[in-house]
Amino acid sequence: MLDLLATRYAYVAFIVLLSVGLYMVIASQNLVKKLIGVNLFQTAIFLFFVAVAYVEGGAVPVVPKDAGGPTTTLVSPLPHVIVLTAIVVGVALTAVGLALIVRIYTEYGTLREDVLREVRADD
Amino acid sequence: MIENVPVLLVVVPILAATLPHFLGLRYDRAGWTIAALVTTASFGLAIWLAATVFTTGEAVVHQLGGFPRPIGIELVADRLSTPFAVLVTGVSAGVLAYTRTGGPRGNSFYSAYLLLVGGLSGLTLTGDVFNMFVFLEIVGLTTYALISKGRSGESAVAALKYLIIGTVGASLYLIGVGLLFVATGTLNMTDLATAIPEQAGYTDPLVLSSFAFVFIGFAIKIAQFPLHSWQPDAYQHAPDGVTPMVAALVSTVSAYALFRLVYSVFTVEFLVANPYTTEVVVTFGSISVLAGSALAAMQTEVKRILAYSSVSQFGLVVLAYGLVNDTALVGAQIHLLGHAIMKGGLFLAAGTIAAGVGARTVDEYAGLAKRMPFAAGSLAVLGIALVGVPPSIGFVGKWYIAVGAVEAGAWPVAVVVFLSTMFTLAYVARLLEKMYFTPVADRPTSDAVAADGGESGDSDGTRERDSVTDGPARVPGRVAPGTVSKGMLGVTILAALLAVGLGFAGGVFDALLSPFVEVILNG
Repeated sequence: MLDLLATRYAYVAFIVLLSVGLYMVIASQNLVKKLIGVNLFQTAIFLFFVAVAYVEGGAVPVVPKDAGGPTTTLVSPLPHVIVLTAIVVGVALTAVGLALIVRIYTEYGTLREDVLREVRADD
Repeated sequence: MIENVPVLLVVVPILAATLPHFLGLRYDRAGWTIAALVTTASFGLAIWLAATVFTTGEAVVHQLGGFPRPIGIELVADRLSTPFAVLVTGVSAGVLAYTRTGGPRGNSFYSAYLLLVGGLSGLTLTGDVFNMFVFLEIVGLTTYALISKGRSGESAVAALKYLIIGTVGASLYLIGVGLLFVATGTLNMTDLATAIPEQAGYTDPLVLSSFAFVFIGFAIKIAQFPLHSWQPDAYQHAPDGVTPMVAALVSTVSAYALFRLVYSVFTVEFLVANPYTTEVVVTFGSISVLAGSALAAMQTEVKRILAYSSVSQFGLVVLAYGLVNDTALVGAQIHLLGHAIMKGGLFLAAGTIAAGVGARTVDEYAGLAKRMPFAAGSLAVLGIALVGVPPSIGFVGKWYIAVGAVEAGAWPVAVVVFLSTMFTLAYVARLLEKMYFTPVADRPTSDAVAADGGESGDSDGTRERDSVTDGPARVPGRVAPGTVSKGMLGVTILAALLAVGLGFAGGVFDALLSPFVEVILNG
């Protein structure tokens, strides 16, 4: 168990972050905190991809033009590209989510889910 | 030339999405014209593509940027994806006839609309699992934005709920993609199908957990029963012009994507090697069918009834995926296409009726057949088609799924299909009874007063609240009751005619789809 924590700590951190993010989404009453929870959830997945792509002693995958070919182990650039794209998607989602929260706040004057439920029931 | 069509279907709507904004600086109503031109042109291209694929029997593959398969990204148009490309472009062109007078206006709306069309086309045509995630998120983002276009604050709350749940679903799918990548080192669907058995094996924990993540992620997007909670709110509170589009396409294309992944990426051998995966899929779908239809029968708001009905209809499709035989899979495809037309048409009819007389609950539909004969007639035809009365497309799909269940020896599933038909009849019959057999004189209904006079008598708190926030007579900016254009009515009637007409084409569907499904099933 301890051995697992020492060698696979990135994966453990991925699971912990994922769970914390999901817990925030479910348990927090504050809409902004819910959105932060979604962000944490996504960030955990980025960490997973980065951890997957890590190669012990791997070099940056840029091969010089004149050299015959790669002489050392190269890191696959694909997971990093995926993470970059996913980050862009995450930023866009956060922006849309925050815009919706602003709209909800101007409409109902609250950011808390329980209050929101009461206000909507009263309307 | 034909090999460029798949990429045009994706790129043209997305690039054209910028035009309403730019031209909107000069012309106020440029958005609708641009959207109509682009979607109609895409519809033509999609039909051309489908005709080519079905006549030659060869898939049209476009390698983006000319990079070959393991490195580059592919768009694949084959016998399975082209019918959905035709559906996406066709429905999006049809719904525009409604939005010209009925739907949300403004150039920003049409920008988001075109982005949604591009995203949906991409989702149908992509041949790369990570690209699928990106298109899934494009579709998601634009759907959230379109739903929040409603005038009341409720639509923003519904959109945020959808955003949070939908993002978690898409992220779970991304984890599944990551696990597949770790197991095989490739992201291309065709390569994955061969790489999974060669490099990992079907019972590898990585592949198994990847399947679980992908399935749960899509179950959220398709709105399967315990994960459906975003969907009724989103469908009910979206503007009337947006709901048909979302209900007809977004979940349908997600269900198609799940089919692609289960059968083209994980393949039948995976399902055979892990028999309990199909058991889980069938159970999930069956529960969804029963719970969705039971919940639908309990609702009083027409749009909410139709929303819960989608939960049960998609349950039918998902359980058919788990039956793993030719008949059930062809049935699932037919039911997906048919349900898109029927449910889109039903929401169009509900929107037209709301715009015409302001009726939104079952009680307010009393005597509607006299006041709006054509809209009520279309709603009736589409509702009966949804129950599965022959000859209609709803019957063909359900019939194939039920026969597939019997062929697979899964008798309880056949009973579930039968029960769902009974439940569907329960809520459709309630609507028909109100529209055709309850006289108007029962209630003090005269257009604008309808909401007030009707509510005070016999309503509970929920309905009162809904009529306050959603009632067209009260909310400023909504179309005033009585403005039903020819386009709104025409597209509704067209959907009803299609739902019946395609029922006669059941044999054609079978002839077109079953060879491909057989190829998928037999490797």
